[in-house]
Amino acid sequence: MSGLSRRQLIGSGVLVVAFSLSRATKGQELDKKPVLAGSLEKSPRLESWIRIDAEGRISVFTGKAELGQGIKTALIQIAADELAVPPARIELITADTRRTPDEGVTAGSRSLSDGGSAILNAAANVRMLLTETAAWRLLTDADKIELRDGAAYAPNGESLGYGELAAMLSLRVEARPDVPRRDKGTRLIGTDLPRVDIPAKVSGGAAYLQDMRLPAMLHARVVRGPSDGTRLKAADVDAVAKMPGIVQVVRDGGFTAVLADQEWRAIKGLRRLQAAGWTRPGVLLPVEDMAEAIRHLPAQDVPIFETPGAPPPPDGKTVKARYARPCLMHGSIGPSCAIALWENGGVTVWTHSQGVYPLRKALAELLRLPADKVRCIHVEGSGCYGHNGADDVAADAALAARAVAGRPVRLQWMREQEHGWEPLGSAMVVELQATLGSDGRIAQWRHDVWSATHSTRPVSAGGLLAGREVEPPFPAQIPRPIPMPEGGGHRNGKPIYVVGNAKGVYHFVEPSPVRVSALRSLGAHMNVFAIESFMDELAKAAGTDPVAFRLAHTVDPRARDVVQAAADRFGWSRRMKGGDGRGCGFGFARYKNLAAYCAVAVEIAIDRDSGEARIPRVVAAVDSGEAVSPDGIRNQIEGAIVQSLSWTLHEAVPFDTTRRTSFDWSGYPILRFDGVPDRLEVHIIDRPRQPFLGTGEAGQGPAAAALANAVADALGTRMRDMPLSPEKLRTVVRKA
Amino acid sequence: MISLTVNGTTHQTEADPDTPLLYVLRNDLGLNGAKFGCGLGQCGACTVLIDDKPVFSCLLPIAALSGRKIRTIEGLGTGDKPGPLPAAFEAEQAAQCGYCIAGMIMRAQALLERNNRPTETELRAHMATNLCRCGTHMRILRAVRRAAIVMGGGVRGDPQSAL
Repeated sequence: MSGLSRRQLIGSGVLVVAFSLSRATKGQELDKKPVLAGSLEKSPRLESWIRIDAEGRISVFTGKAELGQGIKTALIQIAADELAVPPARIELITADTRRTPDEGVTAGSRSLSDGGSAILNAAANVRMLLTETAAWRLLTDADKIELRDGAAYAPNGESLGYGELAAMLSLRVEARPDVPRRDKGTRLIGTDLPRVDIPAKVSGGAAYLQDMRLPAMLHARVVRGPSDGTRLKAADVDAVAKMPGIVQVVRDGGFTAVLADQEWRAIKGLRRLQAAGWTRPGVLLPVEDMAEAIRHLPAQDVPIFETPGAPPPPDGKTVKARYARPCLMHGSIGPSCAIALWENGGVTVWTHSQGVYPLRKALAELLRLPADKVRCIHVEGSGCYGHNGADDVAADAALAARAVAGRPVRLQWMREQEHGWEPLGSAMVVELQATLGSDGRIAQWRHDVWSATHSTRPVSAGGLLAGREVEPPFPAQIPRPIPMPEGGGHRNGKPIYVVGNAKGVYHFVEPSPVRVSALRSLGAHMNVFAIESFMDELAKAAGTDPVAFRLAHTVDPRARDVVQAAADRFGWSRRMKGGDGRGCGFGFARYKNLAAYCAVAVEIAIDRDSGEARIPRVVAAVDSGEAVSPDGIRNQIEGAIVQSLSWTLHEAVPFDTTRRTSFDWSGYPILRFDGVPDRLEVHIIDRPRQPFLGTGEAGQGPAAAALANAVADALGTRMRDMPLSPEKLRTVVRKA
Repeated sequence: MISLTVNGTTHQTEADPDTPLLYVLRNDLGLNGAKFGCGLGQCGACTVLIDDKPVFSCLLPIAALSGRKIRTIEGLGTGDKPGPLPAAFEAEQAAQCGYCIAGMIMRAQALLERNNRPTETELRAHMATNLCRCGTHMRILRAVRRAAIVMGGGVRGDPQSAL
């Protein structure tokens, strides 16, 4: 279209013809395969992303979901910035299988790179169409049109609103990849627009799926044994069905749910059904040490990377180390919840799943319905941090509600169900070996990581708990390793550092002894913990400062900038000498080696009597590409650091041979206010006009490593097995 | 029939007497603030004030609550005129998923009403009852410090932590 002059357009009479001409031009260019930004590649039509009605109201559609990461606000900022309208003019519609594009799952820190880039480019396309339509109607040139506040102005002061312009053009066209971004006027990207979801969250407003109350809604609870792998014994269903308020006990094979008029009555029914006791029908668990068990279970070897290089010098110094992580929980504060309503032979499910489209597919199979009879609508739940019970509870609600068509059913898991049944982050082991040359540089590197899968997200009915319980059960999903460059257990299994003669192997353990899936950053938490701990061990062997040692092996200028920024802001070169329970540590990674850069420096003080770690100070630097919402990035990185400190210091899912033995928070302690850092600073290196890199998971690995390195600095003893719990620290600090 | 006084208004409820207050607040009175988190008094997502003290509403049966003064976050202000704590949480953007926040605000409210000049250590010890999983702690603390000033006091720096 930009190749056509205004007169040609007017001459053509009908604007739509001009667009089709434009399509034809693009068709020729298509031989060169221009790549559309992010998710536009999959859903290239503009109307899938942006619609403008006759009143000028703008609707923006995203297949990504708000998980508390602030994505709604960031996407509104992007669209409003590019369309030159105030953010309040944008209505954002998030993940809904009837309304929004299919953007897969909201995961992998990819919402801005996939979804943000798509909306940015779609909005640029729409702005171009609005501008050119305005130029045509206002008899001027497109480059003389000024857009502001939802209207297009000609130099003579004449204007047309977006609503009027939208009525004259069609957005039923494919986006063009080469439309430039707006380069005039004030910018919204890069400013701290207050989050649109926060007012309701801090005032008791209706903010969550858990807060939805539909007319005639029933309350339900699903009935299961105490944890993954167990089964309830036959219960006295008839007695429960007669309890006050119980509407029905729904059963299908091993699936049982209790429906009641009031929530507390559903819970009382659940408790009565649970009293029957339970069994573990499958094989017993290898409990003594889940990481050690994973290290020795049958595994498929998957190459991570191999970099050629000269063999290490025979007089080189070789260092080896083994690091371990136990199984970790997502531990959302609000147990998973869903509401389902059967009507007209189909079902609508309100869900806080990270992937409404994959969930719809799995539910359709489970319920034996065509996909278009299942609608999944995302509504925010409690923070998820990966694949928790959200999908499973959606299936539970859909099965429970089938028995009472026409009435919505709200089903929430109990605390012990979330603790007992959510898929865990796998236990992992990393073994590293490296040789230092006489120049003090790394001359050889070997990385081996053992882990069960990091994704069992449902893509079929067998990926849902209920799918394995109904009669006949659906076949279990067989997980496969997530391919590089993103990777699963081997995510960040390749060091960012320049090392020759290097090799990494992922020992993919399948089947897993326990239910596992995606937990924030997947294997990166462990691989970065291990690599960055090991870099400190190598720096010590080389007699070099840990930050200097990293920089000596880093060529990527953005990586260097982030490391340097964190070191400078922390005052790394002036830090206290470690010892006597006090010390400092550093950790760095580029998430997936292709997303955000994050460096973290930690100061620690370990109490001699209790072994409790006090963290006087944490300083982080992050480069997430172009910063859409700097405060949003800070919020995410602060959260990532505090959560990772909790994982690394305190957390481990305990088992006996039959089940998980942490049923609630008493058996799975997490970091509390009395253990969080005294001070925590996040510094952002903004990269205007560079691609969005995402932020959510970038801090997990670097924070864990910085903590471990600070502990080593403080105690003079390297601790390689997570969690670095107060009990372990106490033992070491007393010996020191 | 049990009568409950919530945010200054008396309500009659026909819920079973053993029903914990949380379910009546949420499902019968339509108040969203208090959340179900654990049902065990371990996480604080359900925190409300009873006679000005922070309690776990998930544990307290309504039979025990007639005539007691129950306050929830909905009583701390309105959308247009938020109370000092909700306003401070908004100003500090002190939420990620936010599921714990109403409970955090109520626990902080109880502290600041009793003592609007706590030390940082007292503040952290007081808030340590409630769990946050997103790691929003630093912002929550900032928000409470901000509200303490608005409420005529302020959180005193603790020399031990060099704050």
